[in-house]
Amino acid sequence: MLKITNLHANIGDKEILKGINLEVKPGEIHAIMGPNGSGKSTLSSVIAGREDYEITAGHIDFEGEDLSDLDADERAHKGIFLSFQYPVEIPGVTVTNFIKTAINEIRKARGQEPMPANIMLKQMREKMGLLEIDSAFLSRSLNTGFSGGEKKRNEIFQMAMLDPKLAILDETDSGLDIDALRIVSNGVNKLKSEKNAIIVITHYQRLLDYIVPDFVHVLHQGRIVKSGDKSLAHELESKGYDWLKEEAAL
Amino acid sequence: MKTEESYLDEVTASEYKYGFYTDIESDKVPPGLNEDVIRIISAKKGEPQWMTDWRLDAYKQFLKMTEPEWANVHYTKPDLQAISFYSAPKRKKELESLDEVDPELLKTFAKLGISLDEQKRLSGVAMDVVVDSISVKTTFREKLGEMGIIFCSISDAIKDYPELVKKYLGTVVPRSDNFYAALNSAVFTDGSFCYIPKGVRCPMELSTYFRINEAGTGQFERTLLIADEGSYVSYLEGCTAPMRDENQLHAAVVELVALDDAEIKYSTVQNWYPGDKNGKGGVFNFVTKRGICERNAKISWTQVETGSAVTWKYPSCILKGENSVGEFYSVAVTNNYQQADTGTKMIHLGKNTKSTIISKGICAGKSNGSYRGLVKIGPRAENARNFSQCDSLLMGSSCGSHTFPYIETQNKSAKVEHEATTSKIGEDQIFYCKQRGIGEEEAIALIVNGYCKDVLNQLPMEFAVEAQKLLAISLEGSVG
Repeated sequence: MLKITNLHANIGDKEILKGINLEVKPGEIHAIMGPNGSGKSTLSSVIAGREDYEITAGHIDFEGEDLSDLDADERAHKGIFLSFQYPVEIPGVTVTNFIKTAINEIRKARGQEPMPANIMLKQMREKMGLLEIDSAFLSRSLNTGFSGGEKKRNEIFQMAMLDPKLAILDETDSGLDIDALRIVSNGVNKLKSEKNAIIVITHYQRLLDYIVPDFVHVLHQGRIVKSGDKSLAHELESKGYDWLKEEAAL
Repeated sequence: MKTEESYLDEVTASEYKYGFYTDIESDKVPPGLNEDVIRIISAKKGEPQWMTDWRLDAYKQFLKMTEPEWANVHYTKPDLQAISFYSAPKRKKELESLDEVDPELLKTFAKLGISLDEQKRLSGVAMDVVVDSISVKTTFREKLGEMGIIFCSISDAIKDYPELVKKYLGTVVPRSDNFYAALNSAVFTDGSFCYIPKGVRCPMELSTYFRINEAGTGQFERTLLIADEGSYVSYLEGCTAPMRDENQLHAAVVELVALDDAEIKYSTVQNWYPGDKNGKGGVFNFVTKRGICERNAKISWTQVETGSAVTWKYPSCILKGENSVGEFYSVAVTNNYQQADTGTKMIHLGKNTKSTIISKGICAGKSNGSYRGLVKIGPRAENARNFSQCDSLLMGSSCGSHTFPYIETQNKSAKVEHEATTSKIGEDQIFYCKQRGIGEEEAIALIVNGYCKDVLNQLPMEFAVEAQKLLAISLEGSVG
């Protein structure tokens, strides 16, 4: 589904990603871990198509197609979803209106008719139940005055509504208390299928107790320095990152 | 349920389908302004002597005044001696087909959803079919007539309802009020008059499109609207289709009179030609709009301003009667090289008077937008209250936004609140929308409409839908 080959990316003159290789197949969950400043969020932004970054070498293929010429919105139309670490506030635009616009713009790009209002409403109710969201939530301005937990829950709610093929969860666990973490993880697990894939970006092993990855990759100084299964996450939790940094330096 | 699209179709189709004014007088006075010119104007319009005298008096006041310079706008002052103050509405040169029309204009029409025929009509292309408008107008007029509502041109009102005009004209905006108001008083040739009798609730939105004898908006428009005791009226002015005009200077005066327990809702969508992308051309819009509220009366101004090269406009309320209410809801958009200095004045004179000001400025390109507002609490205005919120939204880094709030209170019991914010449409917001599949232009429209929601909610439904589209079009290509 996603194939990243020798990806190098800069912001300004600074090289952040220095040769990333990663392959994600349908049905898989990949976790990307790493210390601060290792390039985790850059990687998610580059996959999603943020223009601040310049790809200097390598490429990203999604379902066999090179993404480099596609804008962020076109990538979204193909089924790539990014759950933001810091979701943006848009005052005056309700959660409902935003999701409705997003769904219908994606449908338009795919040559489909807008989703009938009754079906959309039904889906919203269903997904709200899944994430234990109150209906008053829908008429609030997008992320405006939301608590950290509400923002993250709203991200996963959007993911549930947009039903992407590839979802990248960028530090979805930060700012969540233990109950919210459980609810959000539950939601993500229920959305998981054999057809879609998830990349979880996190600092901590904690989230991976709930969303269990098939693969764990450690990012350090813009490279994946180690890959393994979920036991690698546990190892990191107990030993920290330093041993990997030393290993990478050799 | 109707979709927004169908509302828009309906609205844009209904606005102009009443055909157009073709019966045009041919004469024109030579350029320049003097007493004789004013006498000629008054005579051409067949006005009574009192009206001629009224104009001449305004002109005398005008001569003592100078063009104001305090507004935060810069332009070359129009040469009044070069303007012909009485010319019958000019027939623009008719074009053979739409191919001859500025393609930019046609794109805008298409985005507003204006039909081909309307596009022709608006851009001055010759048309074969003119919809028969007489019956529609007659039905409309009969319905209003049964209720005693008067809605006609100001010229007709001067002839047909001289007592009402004499009693109220110039009472809210005196002839000596300001340079442009005095000029307007001396030379106005066009405008609307409306009277709602006691206790009558006007059953439809009154729009200038329905007005009898309308021949396009004049250069010096004069509007007088009187809501008698306990009556209600909602009045719509302007339209979203870009209005081109050969006259650069527009100086209108609007006077609203809300007698005891009356309510007037006055909504404007203004889209005068703003000049091209380099700031050439465009209309100067110097408007004086003011209303007076008697006891328990309410006046609510709502405006969406996207046009004009230079705008100078402060719809105001004099809250004279006790418990009266004034409201001002405004969205002012400037793009490219546009300049706008706009806001309101809330003059609290009576006890327990209340006013609300919600102003949303949006600046893009190299434009400059200013909010200028006065809240004045008089010595007898016990328990007066005001709430003002002035927000600015900046797009890009070459535009300017300014806020000039003035507060004068002469009564200790007054409560005046002022809130102001400045924000910028961030790349973060746009990226967030794009990541969800929403393209850049759609994203800007969504963000801007969200920002303006409090104001757009005040507009009548059909107008609001149009205004939303207009905002998006006005700001196209201004980010990125």
